[in-house]
Amino acid sequence: MSAGHVAPKSMYYMVFGALIVGTILTVAAAKVDLGPLNNIVMLAIASTKATLVILFFMHVRWSSRLTWVVAMAGFFWLLILFGIGMADYMSRGWVPGTLR
Amino acid sequence: MHQPPVHVEGIPAANAHAHHPKLQHHFDTMEQQAEASTLGMWVFLVTEIMFFGGLFMAYLVYRYASPEGFAEASHHLNVTWGAVNTIVLIVSSLTMALGVRAAQTSAPPKTQVFWIVATMVFGAAFLGVKAIEYADKFTHHLVPGPNFIWEGKHPAAAEMFYSLYFCMTGLHAVHMVIGLGIMTVIAVMAWRRQFDADYYTPVEVAGLYWHFVDIVWIFLFPLLYLIGGHFIE
Repeated sequence: MSAGHVAPKSMYYMVFGALIVGTILTVAAAKVDLGPLNNIVMLAIASTKATLVILFFMHVRWSSRLTWVVAMAGFFWLLILFGIGMADYMSRGWVPGTLR
Repeated sequence: MHQPPVHVEGIPAANAHAHHPKLQHHFDTMEQQAEASTLGMWVFLVTEIMFFGGLFMAYLVYRYASPEGFAEASHHLNVTWGAVNTIVLIVSSLTMALGVRAAQTSAPPKTQVFWIVATMVFGAAFLGVKAIEYADKFTHHLVPGPNFIWEGKHPAAAEMFYSLYFCMTGLHAVHMVIGLGIMTVIAVMAWRRQFDADYYTPVEVAGLYWHFVDIVWIFLFPLLYLIGGHFIE
């Protein structure tokens, strides 16, 4: 695969630096009580870190469109699982006489 | 390993010459072969997303049912060990990426093996920290089952939290152990000069697996360790 993209080492060090900063930020943010916002901040940082790993360390940034579609489909289906799963659990008992 | 080019009817003879020894007969080009392997690995990783996804779903359901119980239980995990392990895994992902790059740039086997072994060392360090944490949970009666003891307000939710903690980090640790096995094979292959700029698919694909396991931890760390950070007893 001589056509494979070779990223400069500096790019890997920059992504690494961003991942470390993200880790420090998430630990710092968890010590502050933001109410429900704590979860949003924590998941936003984790998703950003995961995106950096996928795009740069896993080379999806330079992969074919088909690889993009397959990778995104995995996470998209995960959101369907969480979305429909929680829609069920959160609405239990809303209608009297239904499953609690 | 090296098979002579096979002439198949209907395929122009031009394909048969200048043929890389690692190119298998059912692929036209090295690029196509690498693309097929990468795509195949991504399809496997999607099944892995679903595998871990079921546990994340269970976590969501029980955390939604008892947010205070989960915060109380999470408070008893050691944030320092968790953060150290997060950084150890990120470093191992960096060394992995540099290992793939070494193969891509036809670096000498010594360099390729160095990065792969470095990845394994950090992977093993992660498991070492995990062993310390697990031992601590056993001594403090935090392992779900007949010996689980919880002094707080939400014993049932805390036991559920620790069940999920052991299932999720346990499944993750199993993936790390498998990763160490894969890296051993890759290191031996690199040492035997199997990889260069024209052919490095096994390192690339093993790297995808390693980075995926890192991503799982990126989510496990905040969801398990950090939800009790501002918890007041």
